[in-house]
Amino acid sequence: MVEMPVIEPQKCDGCGLCVGVCHCNALAIVNNVITIIKTVECDWCTDCEAVCLTGAISCRFEIIIEES
Amino acid sequence: MAVQLEFLKSILYFSALDLAELESIRKLIFEKIADRAEMVLLEGESAENLYFVASGVVKVFKTSVEGKEQILSIVRPGESFNDVSIFDDGPNPASVRTMGPVLLYGIKKSHMEAILRDHPQIALNVIKVLARRVRHLLSLVEDLSFKHVIGRVAKILLEHIGGEMGRGPGLTQQEMAAMAGTAREVVGRSLKELEEAGAIKLDRHRIIIRDKEALQKIMEVSS
Repeated sequence: MVEMPVIEPQKCDGCGLCVGVCHCNALAIVNNVITIIKTVECDWCTDCEAVCLTGAISCRFEIIIEES
Repeated sequence: MAVQLEFLKSILYFSALDLAELESIRKLIFEKIADRAEMVLLEGESAENLYFVASGVVKVFKTSVEGKEQILSIVRPGESFNDVSIFDDGPNPASVRTMGPVLLYGIKKSHMEAILRDHPQIALNVIKVLARRVRHLLSLVEDLSFKHVIGRVAKILLEHIGGEMGRGPGLTQQEMAAMAGTAREVVGRSLKELEEAGAIKLDRHRIIIRDKEALQKIMEVSS
C-alpha cells in the first residue's frame, strides 16, 4: 500500500493552498474539500501540511530502528 | 487580471482605507506571476519592491555558507514580504522562493513612501505588521539560540520508536514541534542535522534510526 498524507475533511476550509504547493499533483479540491486524487507515491516533502492553517493534512513519520 | 479592491481591503496594510483611497493605490500596484520553486528575492540584493501574496504561498528563508536553509516564515495570501528592507533602505534580509505557482502584487519602494505620505493612517497598520514580524522572529531567535531543540527532537524520536512490528502511530513535524516547544521550521532543520550526523535517515514517511547510541548522545549533550 502506498502511504499518503492523511486528510481530515471536516477541518478543511477549501483554501486550496496545499494544491498549489503539491509538486506531484496528488491533491485537488473536490466539493470544497481537499482530496487525494492520485495515489502515486508522493515524496513526503510535507509542504502541504506546512501551508495548511487548519491542520487538515497530516504527514506522519513512522519512527523505526534500522535493521542490521 | 485586475487587482481586486476587495482583496486590497483584506490586506492589513490597507484595511483602514475607503474605496476611493484603495482605487488610488490600485493604480500603483503591479502583478508578478511566478511558477513553482522560483526565486522571487535574493538575500543581499537591493530591495526595490514590497510584495503581497495574492494567491499561492512563498517561503522566506536564509541560507548558511554551508548551504543549510532556515525557513523564517511561510507567507500566505493577504500577507506581505520584504517589508523591512523597503522601510530601512537596506538590502533584502532574506531570500524568497515560491512553494507553488503564485500571483504577487508588488509596489515600488518609492510608491510605498508616497502612499504613506498621502495616507498616514496606513502607518499604524504597517507598525502592527512589523511588530508581529519582530515578535515572530524573536521567538525564532530564542528557539535557535537558547533551546537545544536538536536534543529534544532526538529524545522525542527515541521515545516514539515503533513497536516490535516497527509500526508506531508516528508523528508529524507539527507534533514534534509542539512536544519540543518550538516552531515546525526548527524541527525540520533539526531532523536534517540529525541526518547529517548519521544518527537518522529520512526515507519518505519513515525516520530510520541508524545509530541509536549517537542519537542518545546527542540527546544527553544537547537537551
